[in-house]
Amino acid sequence: MATPHRFLACVLFGGLLLGASVLAQSSSKYGVGTAPTAEEIRAWDISIGPDGAELPPGRGTAKEGAQLFTSKGCVACHGANGTGGRAPELKSKDGPSVETWKRGRILPVRAPFATTVWDYINRGMPLGREGSLKPDEVYALTAFLLSLNEVIPEDFVLDQQSLPKVKMPIGDDYASLPDWKPRTRRMKGYPY
Amino acid sequence: MIRGDKDLIAYGDRSHFVTSVRIPHGGRPSPDAFGLVFHVASPLQDSVGVITPSSLHYVATTRGSFLPDIDPREHRLMIHGMVDRPLTFTMEDLKRLPSVTRLHFIECAGNRSTPKAKNVQESHGMTSNAEWTGVLLSTLLKECGVKGGASWFVAEGAEEVKGASSMPLAKAMDDVIVAYGMNGEPVRPQNGFPLRLMVPGFEGIFSTKYVRRIKLVDRYYMNYNDYGHLRQDEKETVLGYQWGPKSVITRPSAGQQLPGKGFYEITGLAWSGGGAIKRVEVSTDDGKHWMDAEFKGTPQRMAHARFGCPWNWDGKETVLLSRCTDELGQVQPTRAQVAKFFNVPLGEVPGLDNTIQPWHVASDGSVTNGHTT
Repeated sequence: MATPHRFLACVLFGGLLLGASVLAQSSSKYGVGTAPTAEEIRAWDISIGPDGAELPPGRGTAKEGAQLFTSKGCVACHGANGTGGRAPELKSKDGPSVETWKRGRILPVRAPFATTVWDYINRGMPLGREGSLKPDEVYALTAFLLSLNEVIPEDFVLDQQSLPKVKMPIGDDYASLPDWKPRTRRMKGYPY
Repeated sequence: MIRGDKDLIAYGDRSHFVTSVRIPHGGRPSPDAFGLVFHVASPLQDSVGVITPSSLHYVATTRGSFLPDIDPREHRLMIHGMVDRPLTFTMEDLKRLPSVTRLHFIECAGNRSTPKAKNVQESHGMTSNAEWTGVLLSTLLKECGVKGGASWFVAEGAEEVKGASSMPLAKAMDDVIVAYGMNGEPVRPQNGFPLRLMVPGFEGIFSTKYVRRIKLVDRYYMNYNDYGHLRQDEKETVLGYQWGPKSVITRPSAGQQLPGKGFYEITGLAWSGGGAIKRVEVSTDDGKHWMDAEFKGTPQRMAHARFGCPWNWDGKETVLLSRCTDELGQVQPTRAQVAKFFNVPLGEVPGLDNTIQPWHVASDGSVTNGHTT
């Protein structure tokens, strides 16, 4: 229980913070545009960053994902078990002992974050019915693809908390992005 | 004679004698049997001046797409994330704000010349240059107030996959345009109607079509389009982002026929992701001698510049080359120079292809692609 003193301190400190943030804020010059509601932002905020902050509530396992992979029609393009279809391969022929970059361009193997796999399925699949999967289904399909490639065990439950913590096989073995600055050459020491 | 009819008065048409058209690029049909559009190349061999007519502007889609049919009255651009005030803009809102009008090229990462290309449309047709009108993204971000710590932004379109790309905030604050206008009229549906992000000098995929959301974040997000840019090698990443200096002779070029010896103006296009083109040189003897070409108009930053150069053909077999230098001093290389720099085979030069295009002229006046690897 907060004592009256503590309560007062909180109010004062909170007031200071509020004041500071108001002072630090920039001001609108043109007054054009309207403030979106929290619900409007949440409805469109579908880019999932590596820390998973934008992930919706939900859960799924590889077993559920395996069923969805058939019932949602994924097999038609990706093949049974994610291999042998005309769409990109989703199962590596090589096991985890082979270097990640030599295992082919396979999303659930090469993606640096499990959030990238979730984001990709959520926005991009199934072809022609994009955006139709429910969060539980996306968690389950992500779990299926990760389990298929031995990234997570078969009984692993993916949810808001566990998914961003999945260690992907690539680790940090990928090129960082250029620290781009205006009016600079593409690469130091490169004349072209 | 052509009788005036209602449609021709309302929205004019070119002469039926002019037959220059776009073609599907890279062997995949556009449209395919389902009406999906993939990559379509612009007929640079017929181009004059620097503006690509909107009807001939190249088109690329992420994976083969139906074009979204967006009612501009319903379209919104939302800016949120690490800002003081998230804001949503209607098209009418955007047109109230101070605008810019600038020439810029866009070029697809797949614009790579190979020995198989039979003409400049096949070798270089995945670039075009248009006049873009809109509001600077920096104007909108200042309106929202950028929070300390924001370093990247994610841009997302309204099409079916809502293709998302992470870009450096420094680019947003420099020269990115939220464009509603293209060549004096609304942006065409194939180019992102009603609103397109114009990201000058970067690989084309960053110029997000149908843009509806921009989120300011503090790290690279590694989303849909970002995954496509994932590389193991640093130089592949760096050279796969911003276009280097590039030029190509569009006339005479492969597939064309010189009727005989005598005078020709050699003409072509030069551009760079690094800024304005400062110099174009042309060689009519396979690189033994170079002469400065003349600019037709003033080269603009990150835009096609038209160059020309007089040539008296003596009727003998030869090779025509062009090379350009941009305002940063970056010089367009031959493929052999890049291969030597990185010590790799000619077929494995890294990054976006900005190498010199050789056109071979035979003694019978036929022009062909001079690339052998």
